[in-house]
Amino acid sequence: MTDVPVRRERLKASWIFRPGVRSAVIQLLLVGLLVLVGWFIYRTTRQNIITQRIPIGFDFFWIESGFSISQTLIPFSESNTYARAFLVGLLNTLFVSALGVFLATVIGFLVGIGRLSHNWIIARLCGGYVEIIRNLPLLFQILFWYLAVLAALPVPRQSISLFGEVFINNRGILIPKPMFGECIGVVAALAVAGIALSLILATLARRHRIRTGAGMKTWPVALLFVLVAPLFAFFYLKVGVAVDHPVLKGFNFIGGMRVIPEFLALLIALSTYTAGFIAEIVRAGILAVPRGQTEAASALGLRRSSVLRLVVVPQALRVIVPPLTSQYLNLIKNSSLAVSIGYPDLVSVFAGTTLNNTGQAIEILGITMLVYLFISLVISFAMNMYNRRIALKER
Amino acid sequence: MKRSTVLFSLALTFASAGAANAATLDDIKARGSILCGVSGGLAGFAQPDDKGNWTGIDVDFCRALAAAVFNDPTKVKFLPLTAKDRFTALQSREVDLLSRNTTWTSSRDTQLGFNFAGVVYYDAQGFLVRKAAKVSSALELSNTTVCTQSGTTTQLNLADYFRSNNMKYEAVVFNTADEVIKAYESGRCDVFTTDVSQIYAERLKLSKPDDHMILPELISKEPLAPLVRHGDDQWFDIVKWTLFAMLNAEEYDVSQKTLEQRLKSERPDVKRLLGIEGNYGEQLGLTNDWVVRIVRHVGNYGEIFDRNVGEGSRLKIDRGLNKLWNKGGLQYAPPIR
Amino acid sequence: MSAAFVRMEPLPPQPAPFAATGMWGWLSRRLFATPGDIAMTIVGFAAFVLIVLPLFRFLVFDAVWTGKDREACVNAAGACWPFVAAKFNQFVYGFYPYEELWRPNLVFAAGMLLLVPLLIPSAPFKRLNAILFFGVYPIAGFVLLTGGNLDPQRFVLGRFIRISDYVDLDAWRGMRATFWIDFAASALLITLAVAIVARIFGTRISASLKAMAVIFLALAILIAPVDADFGLRWVETREWGGLLVTLVVAISGIVAALPIGILLALGRRSEMRLVRWASIAFIEFWRGVPLITVLFFATYMLPLFLPGGANIERLVRALIGVALFSGAYMAEVVRGGLQAVPRHQYESAAALGLGYWKTMGLIVLPQALTNVIPGIVNNFIGLFKDTTLVQIVAILDLLGQVRAAFSDPNWSSPTTLYTGFAFAGIIYFIFCFAMSRYSLFLERRAGTSALRVEGAMR
Repeated sequence: MTDVPVRRERLKASWIFRPGVRSAVIQLLLVGLLVLVGWFIYRTTRQNIITQRIPIGFDFFWIESGFSISQTLIPFSESNTYARAFLVGLLNTLFVSALGVFLATVIGFLVGIGRLSHNWIIARLCGGYVEIIRNLPLLFQILFWYLAVLAALPVPRQSISLFGEVFINNRGILIPKPMFGECIGVVAALAVAGIALSLILATLARRHRIRTGAGMKTWPVALLFVLVAPLFAFFYLKVGVAVDHPVLKGFNFIGGMRVIPEFLALLIALSTYTAGFIAEIVRAGILAVPRGQTEAASALGLRRSSVLRLVVVPQALRVIVPPLTSQYLNLIKNSSLAVSIGYPDLVSVFAGTTLNNTGQAIEILGITMLVYLFISLVISFAMNMYNRRIALKER
Repeated sequence: MKRSTVLFSLALTFASAGAANAATLDDIKARGSILCGVSGGLAGFAQPDDKGNWTGIDVDFCRALAAAVFNDPTKVKFLPLTAKDRFTALQSREVDLLSRNTTWTSSRDTQLGFNFAGVVYYDAQGFLVRKAAKVSSALELSNTTVCTQSGTTTQLNLADYFRSNNMKYEAVVFNTADEVIKAYESGRCDVFTTDVSQIYAERLKLSKPDDHMILPELISKEPLAPLVRHGDDQWFDIVKWTLFAMLNAEEYDVSQKTLEQRLKSERPDVKRLLGIEGNYGEQLGLTNDWVVRIVRHVGNYGEIFDRNVGEGSRLKIDRGLNKLWNKGGLQYAPPIR
Repeated sequence: MSAAFVRMEPLPPQPAPFAATGMWGWLSRRLFATPGDIAMTIVGFAAFVLIVLPLFRFLVFDAVWTGKDREACVNAAGACWPFVAAKFNQFVYGFYPYEELWRPNLVFAAGMLLLVPLLIPSAPFKRLNAILFFGVYPIAGFVLLTGGNLDPQRFVLGRFIRISDYVDLDAWRGMRATFWIDFAASALLITLAVAIVARIFGTRISASLKAMAVIFLALAILIAPVDADFGLRWVETREWGGLLVTLVVAISGIVAALPIGILLALGRRSEMRLVRWASIAFIEFWRGVPLITVLFFATYMLPLFLPGGANIERLVRALIGVALFSGAYMAEVVRGGLQAVPRHQYESAAALGLGYWKTMGLIVLPQALTNVIPGIVNNFIGLFKDTTLVQIVAILDLLGQVRAAFSDPNWSSPTTLYTGFAFAGIIYFIFCFAMSRYSLFLERRAGTSALRVEGAMR
């Protein structure tokens, strides 16, 4: 046998086919493109700003605003600055969002559980609610509540009166405002401290139970902290309560607290709309807990309430929490629809009126978007933390 | 005529940056029409009917411009703009001029970079209330709810007025005039405030206009003027002198009816106005018969006022301050010579 | 002791007791099981009656069906349908010129004809149908609705040489020779350049030539119909309105969102760090802000970013904003699909020697996209509802037109407002409900939904 000379052809691949080189080139190109686009936008914007004489910078924040706002959580008048107007708008956004999240969660859980009820009519009603609410645009619902429902209420002179204390008319709902004496701060501080102490106590008790298996009753102590101590202070310090009643005088009611219809319409629409989505999430979450879990828990001799609290809910929450987070975020972002009915939220006050009066679109819209982005990030972060805590811990 | 759109070339390749700012008049001539920013639906000033035909004093002013430039009042496109984005539209060259009941203020003239071309309508801010409220003066409006529009001078005037008179009020602010009048009608507010001319127009939208009255107090000066961008003096001159020409035409009794007869007039000022003597039109970059075109196609100031907001219209607003200077009003145009 | 009796066979089954069968059984189980249940049933029934009966009375029995103006409805207790009839054109087309209405009608009809077979899984000619719907239909629709006959001005070469100095004439049906010479020359030059680069790096020249030919041919097919003059009148987008705008915004939003979303999703799963970071930043930014601010951004800030004199029509600006926004959401939907494709699919593709784009285009994306069709439909429902927001930047969609019609004094009556809301609500509900049912149907068909879990559980 003779050696067959094997001519090994050297496969010569060009260096550009090396994955490392390739990815470096592509990333460089991407960065280059982004820089180019950024530079192009910067240049044209600068040129436009100069030719259109648009003022730039953040000095406008310290100018007197000169307008008034219909709902303010902190005192605000025409002589306050745009910066304060921004704050008022932001607080209004957070206020309606917080209440909306709370209400939406409550309604959503009720409807979601209701859909699984074996009572036929309740299940159907909840199903109908979910279908109708989810298939109509939110803006439609906001306008409906505002223009068709709340605007149809009587004028102040013919207000619907409840017990002569609460008045409902097309300018909103008026309720008596409690006016506390000067030492109310002490009472409030005690109550807050009491809540904090009870929470700490509960955590400690829980740790104790996990370590030793022995349960501890904490609620009597908690009750003492939260209720009894502040109440004692309330009477001991003679804080006293006066009530500021709403009274019709001239065109409008004076005194009391007023909930403006813009706020009501937005709150109702936001919470019922989001509740429709939460209901579906809750239903899916509960259905995702296998029946075997419930049966096993019953077999262990747990009570029905304990089965729900200790077995079903923790597992359902695992499925519920991630999509619930995005619903909360949606609700907060959707609160910006306030601008369509004149509720003074961040978009309406800042990206609306302030933008109009100053004309500084870039700064104002930039800030507005960043604020929402920041809120979104904070909430997703918090909910992720929570989610990690309740997530399945596999060994 | 091909339509050029920047979007299209943007989509094809990355656009060439910084197109030169061409003269507005050249743009208009190349395009074959004037782009006129108007109000979205304000009776008497700019309102489209069901078929999209526009009427109103602001609209007629733009038609007069088209008549002067093209000898054809239809060569104008109307772009309805909200109070909020009218300035952006003018700045970003979306329109050639704003003829949109806009108040002439110093900051708009300087800071925003516009030129106001004379006052088309001397207006003032007023209050509309229900007759049933039995109010006879704005000073009785303490503790009321007031509906107003965002992005206008009215919102700021309102705050000034109530603050200086130490009266409390609640302002409910909406984006469009329609929303404001709707909220007022539904009873959300006791008072509706805006420029008086606009109150007259909006009142027509109420189901029972006669149940409402305008209070005597006028709380601001609102000279409504057409405006153009800074930096194009020729176009500014044309817009400005179109208005003056219409005023002068009324002053010299040149109207659609009397035009043919006045063309034969021997009066030197009339001859100058109608371009029979001198070349004032060409100095503007137009033709010498520009005023004849304006009057023939659109009419003089008195005619468009009467037709759109005055006695000949549904609004029936008194001419008041808008009478010519020699009839006791404020409308006074510099001479053409 | 032994058992006296041992039964050898089971007893025959007895019928269920009367209380558990038939209608009575159903009633007692599902409505009247416990006292609490009875109370809930009564409350639920009362709520149903209190909502549905007045609604029916308003919409049908008490409604006014004929009339010419507000006089017909002044004293009505029910819906004022003549109001809707009078404003119907405005609700559907906005201020689209009356004599040109056949154009949107044709677009609507063609859309229905192409969409319905596309949605039915068993209908034949899927590929042709998809090409017609996603490729031909948008261009034809654009030309029909706007009138086409746009001037493409300059291509690449034309930016350096004024070709119009040498040639300037209509080639055919309003297409300018200047541009097409520019286009052909630029295409040749770029192809040549690419071939040279390919030669230097030692890749196959024929492949790059083929790729360039496909790209330029596609561009030409895209540009030519828009450039050509079909004798249609130009209808500016500001004359559009109503349902037309709603559909245009929603459909072009989703069509534009799909490629954006796919690219972003691929970017987010890329192994290249910078690409991944850029995609994440882009996605999270648009998902973190409300659509209104995006529309404000598109209306007020976008013009500042473009060279002076560049004015893009309002509707187009809003469309850009909507596309960016829904693109980011679409990216997350597609990412879900990509994650669901098993790892061995990637590995098999690599074993076959496929490169990145071939792996993605031929193996991964087809599977991923099929999986997420219900998600895409759900995204579309959301977008369809969100379209209503364009009225805040003064573009009148269906809801905007209805709202604008409320202030027409010719039709002001006590029930006008409610009638308008009823009409708009019914339209929105029909669209969204049908789509959500369709998405449910797809999910069931794919058998990957929560519903299957539900079924197994019961």
